[in-house]
Amino acid sequence: MELNEFLILSAFLFCTGIYGVLARRNGVLVLMSVELMLNAVNINLVAFSAFTKNVSGQVFALFVITIAAAEVGVGLAIVLLIYRNLHSPDLDEVDQLKG
Amino acid sequence: MQWFDDSALTLAAFIPLVGLALVLLIPGAKEQAIKVTALVASVAAALVGVGILADFDYSHAGRLQFTIDKPWISVIKARYHMGIDGIALPLLILSMLMVVACVIYSWNHFPEPHSPKGFLALILLLEVGMNGTFIAQDLILFFVFFELVLLPMFFMIGVWGGPNRQYAAIKFFLFTLFGSALMLVSFLAIFFLSKHQTFQMNELAQLGGAGIAHGTQVLVFGGLFLGFAIKVPMFPFHTWLPDAHTEAPTVGSVLLAAILLKLGTYGFIRIALPILPSAARTWAPYIGLLAVIGIIYGALCCLAQRDMKRLIAFSSVAHMGFVMLGIATLTSFGLNAAVFGMVAHGLITGMLFFIAGSVQERYGTREMRRLGGMLTQIPRLGWILGFCVMASLGLPGLAGFWGEFPAILSAYSPARLAPGLLNGDHLLTFRIFMVVAAIGTVLAAGYLLSMYQRVAFGSVGAEFESAHVHDVHVPEWVAWTPLLLLITALGVYPNLLFHMSNGAVTNVSRIFGG
Amino acid sequence: MLQNAWLVPSLPAAAFLVILLFGKRAGKSAAWWGITAVAASFVASCVAAVQWVQRVDDATGTSNGLAAFTKGVVTTNDVHHVVKPVTESVTWWQNGAVKFGVGTYVDGLTVLMLVVVTLVSLLVQIYSVAYMRGDRRFTWYFAALSLFTASMLTLVVAENTIQLLVGWELVGLCSFMLIGHWWEEPENSRAAIKAFLTTRTGDIGLMIGIIVLFFTVGSFGVGATNLYATGAGAHHDLLLAAAVCLMVGIIGKSGQFPLHTWLPDAMAGPTPVSALIHAATMVVAGVFLGARLYPVFFNGFSIASGGVNFMALIGGVTIVIGAVLAFVQHDIKKVLAYSTISQLGYMVMALGVGAWSAAVFHLFTHAFFKALLFLGAGSVSHSAGHTFDMREMGGLRKPMPITFWTFLIGSAALAGIFPLAGFWSKDEILVNAGANGFDAFLIVGLIGAFLTAAYMTRAVWLTFFGEFRGHGHPHESERLITGPLVVLGALSVGAGVINAAPLGLEKIKDWIEPTFAFPVVGHAAFDYPKAVLSVGIAVVAIGVAAYYWYRNAERPLLSGLTQRSPLARAGYRFLVNKYYLDDLYEKVIVGGIQGAVARATYWFDQHVIDGVVNGLGRGTTQLAHYTYDIVDQRLVDGAVNELAHEADQAGAELRRVQSGRVQRYALLLFGGVGILSLALFLTNTI
Repeated sequence: MELNEFLILSAFLFCTGIYGVLARRNGVLVLMSVELMLNAVNINLVAFSAFTKNVSGQVFALFVITIAAAEVGVGLAIVLLIYRNLHSPDLDEVDQLKG
Repeated sequence: MQWFDDSALTLAAFIPLVGLALVLLIPGAKEQAIKVTALVASVAAALVGVGILADFDYSHAGRLQFTIDKPWISVIKARYHMGIDGIALPLLILSMLMVVACVIYSWNHFPEPHSPKGFLALILLLEVGMNGTFIAQDLILFFVFFELVLLPMFFMIGVWGGPNRQYAAIKFFLFTLFGSALMLVSFLAIFFLSKHQTFQMNELAQLGGAGIAHGTQVLVFGGLFLGFAIKVPMFPFHTWLPDAHTEAPTVGSVLLAAILLKLGTYGFIRIALPILPSAARTWAPYIGLLAVIGIIYGALCCLAQRDMKRLIAFSSVAHMGFVMLGIATLTSFGLNAAVFGMVAHGLITGMLFFIAGSVQERYGTREMRRLGGMLTQIPRLGWILGFCVMASLGLPGLAGFWGEFPAILSAYSPARLAPGLLNGDHLLTFRIFMVVAAIGTVLAAGYLLSMYQRVAFGSVGAEFESAHVHDVHVPEWVAWTPLLLLITALGVYPNLLFHMSNGAVTNVSRIFGG
Repeated sequence: MLQNAWLVPSLPAAAFLVILLFGKRAGKSAAWWGITAVAASFVASCVAAVQWVQRVDDATGTSNGLAAFTKGVVTTNDVHHVVKPVTESVTWWQNGAVKFGVGTYVDGLTVLMLVVVTLVSLLVQIYSVAYMRGDRRFTWYFAALSLFTASMLTLVVAENTIQLLVGWELVGLCSFMLIGHWWEEPENSRAAIKAFLTTRTGDIGLMIGIIVLFFTVGSFGVGATNLYATGAGAHHDLLLAAAVCLMVGIIGKSGQFPLHTWLPDAMAGPTPVSALIHAATMVVAGVFLGARLYPVFFNGFSIASGGVNFMALIGGVTIVIGAVLAFVQHDIKKVLAYSTISQLGYMVMALGVGAWSAAVFHLFTHAFFKALLFLGAGSVSHSAGHTFDMREMGGLRKPMPITFWTFLIGSAALAGIFPLAGFWSKDEILVNAGANGFDAFLIVGLIGAFLTAAYMTRAVWLTFFGEFRGHGHPHESERLITGPLVVLGALSVGAGVINAAPLGLEKIKDWIEPTFAFPVVGHAAFDYPKAVLSVGIAVVAIGVAAYYWYRNAERPLLSGLTQRSPLARAGYRFLVNKYYLDDLYEKVIVGGIQGAVARATYWFDQHVIDGVVNGLGRGTTQLAHYTYDIVDQRLVDGAVNELAHEADQAGAELRRVQSGRVQRYALLLFGGVGILSLALFLTNTI
């Protein structure tokens, strides 16, 4: 397998993630898109690790997975609170920090 | 009595300051204690004055006596130099006497807003400045005392004055301050231009402007002239005076007329003439001109007045014109007349202002049209007013005459002057001044007698017919008797004063060859 | 006494102080303190006079062995005996190295004046006790009389011109106080002020004259001045200037034309005051000044050379002007006042024509008969309803015999009827005027004599003859009033004898005329034709006047004529209005100065000078406002504010970026990353 194939996959995933983050209004979907982006990165890390015979990439990937889990935990909690307060997961309605 | 000789003048200047400190320490509620303290302080100062009077060497009245000369601000060569001669002595005594009279006069009637503490404190502060000015022999020391006088008078007018007091107080303050600023510039110019760079008046007088170019001297003299002429006040710098007098409380008017105006004329004799003699020769005809304009002008303004106090204020302009005419001749006759005129005007006009205050207090007005018949209703006050009117119009036998007549006399033959008016024919110039000044005496009689006629003669108007008006009070008697006696004594035996001033005056007139 | 002449003025002065301080408590008796003092002064003056006479007699060799009383007589040469005046002085004031004295200068003129002043003052004060009884200010009145007497005596004994000026002004003050004695009436206080101001206007001249003399002579001393003026080296022009100035003072004080207008108004004062001050003593102070400093006038006006001079001219004009006005007065005191003006004119004219002793002689006799006339007028008024209007008198000859006879004597003396006092003195003036070459003034004097006799006849007729036209019951006055009248009447009869030349008595010339520092003046011999002529003129005048008023007793003066002739009417109005001089002085000059000029000056002061000051103040304030508004607020502060404003604006723009929407932020984030990546890519490829 060529390295490029992995990279193309990863880029596709990342772009899908960006789209999801920017375009989706539902908070849960935004979170999931973030996960997509993180996993795209993970693919990159593991792919480069395999091709360069260097294990440190895979270690990074493990860290990213761990942090992504924590992030989703916190993120879901926030979305849950938003939903509870606004009766909607729509992120467009959350603009209290407007300057 | 060596200690007295050494410390008399310091005591004279600063006893009132001690009194002031004590007055400030006493709580304002204890009015009686405050009054007594102020009285004791002013009397103590006056007693020092009596001591000086007794200890003064009259045969050398021209020499500075009781001198104190100590370093003060050595950086600028200013010294704590005090001394007294025959010109300053009568004025110092006058100042002390008037302050005592003022404290006694205020005893039971302080002007609104009452507050004796502040009022008496200001009077005592005023005395420090007045006494100090007459005895300072150092230009910087003189200036400090000269300016010190402004402050208490400003507050006295501004706080205890009449309805228009703020305008009057500010006008008084700014006008005088303007003059003294230029005066200070001239002092500095004298310091830097003279040979020895000194502020000591006697040293500067000995130099007599040596080494300063004539043109420069004339300019420097101009600064001194403005500073002193505003204080005198000479026409056309007099307009602060009527307003200040009209608005000032009685005691303020008295001190203003009796002492403060003399600071200007004293400055001319003590500082301007001896230190810059050649400029004085140039300036003299113009000073004489302004003086006689002031005599006639003041008299005419008097004739147009309805307010008694304002009339007396304008009469000061006319009377000080005689003093300035005497000074402008630069002769011993003129200067002697000026010193006598200062003292006489202080006593007489001081008395007139006292009376105007008492009239205002009794009738609540000074409008002459509403007054009348004072001689029937309050005869004693009426007679005292008549006496002072006669003294003021220069009746021989009372003090006013001896300031006026020798001044007119001196104008017949002034000292040798620089070319000035009328193509430099100063003899003719001054003889015209003499005639004009003599006409001024008739106008003086005119306005004073017409005032007296309106206020004292005739019958009491319906407005005050049933009013219960008290004749002269005890504090008034106590305050006035010494002044009235002095007016008479000086008039009957003028040598009382001339033998003091003459020696010192000839020191000045000798410079001008008179 | 000649050395201690200061005692004479001191006694009344002391009386003044005592009455002033303790008079209220003493009440009526205070008057007698003043009388005692002036009586003592009178005695002292008489002693001085006797001593002076002895001193003169000693010097001229007619002594009778009483030389022990006097000393210091100097005889300069065998022909002309010089009797030096007795001078005493103490330091009064000083200037430079010179000390000026105050003291006494006693010579014949001084002792004459001392006697006259103290005697008249004594009689007037006695008279006043009755006349002023019950007055509101009885004690004050006597205090003022004492002060007046003291001042007048100070003037008389003056050793120098300053002292003379002092006395001169003080008598003016007393005159002011006494004219305005009843100051409740505005008329009286106005008359008092008029008198004071008019004489003070004249005093400008006196003051300047004294100053000119001082600088010419180098001394204020009377003796020194006279010595200088008689000396050979005298500066004629300066003496002329001084004489003219002093003459102005005389015009003011002695009621000469054109400053005479105050004297008739001065009659507002109590009558005894008019007698003492405005007839016998104060008004002659001017004549006294002329006599005292006679060498100055003699040399200054070149009297010896004859011709018209200022002094004689003023005197002559005054004689006629005063006498004519006396005809149109209804007030008896005003008749006498104008008569006084006219008689003072005689004295001044006499001085002006070189008849020194005649002038002094007339001063001496006039003091007695004019005081007598005034006191007589007071006596009439006192008992005839307190009026001075002659239209309310008449027929008083019978109820008031003493007053009538004394008044008649006084009038005859004034008219110059032989052998009364006025005859001798007036005749001497006329004779000397003729002898010294002043014929014009001799004629003026004769015209004056005619007018005098006529108006006095009118006054006597209207007062004492005909029917009583007033109210009440006239009666003779009490003794305190008639006593002085009788004494003065006797003096009016006899005083002329002192210098009655035909009797060989020329005592004024012998005793009084100075021999020290005095110009050589001629003394005309008694001239019978002229004496007969002047008496004849007076008698004719009396006859004409008596006939006229006998016929017209009930009708006002010249009534028929003024109705018929417009010219006569205009003339009459001109006289009644006193030549319009009062209008000129009071309305034009005084009114103008007090009104328009004073107001204009004050307007100038308040609007121009004070306007400049206030304008400066306002201008400075304006400048300050401009500085504050434009420079400080707009420029300096403006710059600072602008910066802040811009920052604010920027913030406002930028705040739109912070939408609060997470996704917008993310968009920006990624957009930014994209741009940066692009930039990185581009930089790396180029």
